[in-house]
Amino acid sequence: MAETKTYREALREAMVHEMERDENVILMGEDIGVYGGTHLITDGLIDDWGPKRVMDTPISENGFTGAAVGMAMMGMRPIVEMMTWNFSFLAADQIIQHAAKLRYFSGGQVQVPLVIRGPNGGGVQLSAQHTHSLENFYGHFPGLKVVAPVTPNDVKGMMITAVRDPNPVIFLEAGALYGTKGEVEEGDNAVPFGKARVAREGDDVTLIAYGRQVNLCLRVADTLEEEDGVSVEVIDLRSIRPFDEDAIVESVEKTHRAVAVQEQWRWFGVASEVAAIIQDRAFDYLDAPVERVSGAEVPAPYARNLEIAAFPSEKQVANAARRVLYMEEK
Amino acid sequence: MPEENGNGENGGVEAREEGSVATSADRLVDLYREMVTVRRFEEACQRGFRQGKIGGYLHVYIGQEAVAVGFLDSFKEGDKVITAYRDHPHALLLGSDPKNVMAELYGRGSGIVKGKGGSMHLFDVERGMMGGYGIVGGHIPIGVGIAYALKYHETDNICQLYLGDGAMSQGAFHEAANLAGLWGKDGQCPCLFIVENNQYGMGTSVERTTAMTDLAAKFDAYGIEHEKVDGMDIDAVLEAAERLTEQVRETGKPYAVEALTYRTAPHGAGDFFEKYRTKEEIEEWRQRDPIGILEKKLLESEAADEEKLDEIKGEAKEQIDEAVKFADESEQPPIEELYTDVYAGEDEYMGEE
Repeated sequence: MAETKTYREALREAMVHEMERDENVILMGEDIGVYGGTHLITDGLIDDWGPKRVMDTPISENGFTGAAVGMAMMGMRPIVEMMTWNFSFLAADQIIQHAAKLRYFSGGQVQVPLVIRGPNGGGVQLSAQHTHSLENFYGHFPGLKVVAPVTPNDVKGMMITAVRDPNPVIFLEAGALYGTKGEVEEGDNAVPFGKARVAREGDDVTLIAYGRQVNLCLRVADTLEEEDGVSVEVIDLRSIRPFDEDAIVESVEKTHRAVAVQEQWRWFGVASEVAAIIQDRAFDYLDAPVERVSGAEVPAPYARNLEIAAFPSEKQVANAARRVLYMEEK
Repeated sequence: MPEENGNGENGGVEAREEGSVATSADRLVDLYREMVTVRRFEEACQRGFRQGKIGGYLHVYIGQEAVAVGFLDSFKEGDKVITAYRDHPHALLLGSDPKNVMAELYGRGSGIVKGKGGSMHLFDVERGMMGGYGIVGGHIPIGVGIAYALKYHETDNICQLYLGDGAMSQGAFHEAANLAGLWGKDGQCPCLFIVENNQYGMGTSVERTTAMTDLAAKFDAYGIEHEKVDGMDIDAVLEAAERLTEQVRETGKPYAVEALTYRTAPHGAGDFFEKYRTKEEIEEWRQRDPIGILEKKLLESEAADEEKLDEIKGEAKEQIDEAVKFADESEQPPIEELYTDVYAGEDEYMGEE
């Protein structure tokens, strides 16, 4: 059974599903209760669950994230909302220096089953301080798991998996897509981490992305098929750490060409990792160098036209695909 | 006692009457034993560091023993303890075997955290030791969360949260204290903040880091009641510890104690010159050494004679010598341990071995 739901509804459904299952699951964050949540993900939940399960916090990301680490060490399973991931820099000491490493430096004596979630990425004119794509940043640190679901079904299934995971999970939501709709499975649809999704099957070139860039790649795939007669495969990574290397390699063994697309800056980004993995494991299958399409190397601007220009465009991605296919750019 | 913290004579602590706590002679002798054992352990660490057997950073508790010994005397089963990196005594006093603690410092597989954490990260979760932490102030929000969880799980346990004077300039402290005060309004935060004010954050004295040198009073800003205690006097610490742990246990509200103490040893093993303080100052505090004070008290009250004290010192030395021998003879961790405990569950390691 599946029903059409928004990304927002699917996400909320997953959290409620897990709160019903385990009373150690609590929600905490800024304005998630009485106010209803800045992005309305948790709207109304405080009425159903009360302030102990849906806890409004002061504006102190490092403080409440650290407290959640302590709760998690004690067997609670807090889901912490970062109003936006941009504020997580204030909590970076707790996330990176504590949550990620506690299990290791305690010699395996503690675990930190903590989910930190919130909107990530740009696209809604929030400018420099409120626009970051942090997959590579958090993906760098051993001890964290990092996921970036883009479909309503995945956001539900991956949140269920995140809550059940005994490790700290960085849950990066496609902030610009909370209102988008899709089919969502009923009940427990737990989606495993570390498994990419083939968002569209194709034979001639592979586009690899995650988050809202997957949707961009799907539109590009339509264009390339219609205008150029090219069959495009689109891979949605979904999970950054753990990372599904096999899915990429298998696809490139079939298509022999790859373009990695990311909203974040090019340097030291996820796309570079994708290119390196292909070079390591599928070098002999390649018919062209791997292309990367990334955001412009600037802090995110405000004006709509500048913001659009700062992120990968359909044209850029389509032309990158054409280049690896040795076709004329358009 | 020097007036380093600007709180006036005797560090702002009101003089307590001698013997204000009905502390039995036997109990004081036991506490003496604990303090001497901790001291011997720390001295052995200093030797181990000089010999190159202990690497990294090493922070010893010499001079501050009455604080941890006194407060942990009120520890009850199920309580939790969290502290920063001057953490050896907290583990030892909760019952961790000195052999495994020393082995940790020696980087051995038999170490209390398998040789993965070292001096700054002692954990003994079974005994309530929720860790030593290396980032000043970083453990404070965690301790507040632990206290919250104790109430969420409907226990009557508390969290003893130790922090230094230096940590009180960190944002993490202020954010966590704010949360503790807030949650305490509903009786949901049984957290006893124990400020080990040893007068210096590394080499910078309290009055060189804040205009508000009354550290206990800083908790006023967060609605947390507080007091000071003479951290060199085990009797005074015991009195405060018994009363305040029970109060926090009953109310579920946080409370803060500033224990005025002094680290007579250098900050860290690499702190050779101690340019930030004078020999005279150290000597002055040494006159109030907590072990010396207790020794005098025991002798004067005839709770113990010189012979008994020597016997205790001898036993402590023997125990610590054994710990050093054990550590020295233990194997290094097996190389496979490099890759374990990164993640809980199936994905213990996600890289290429």
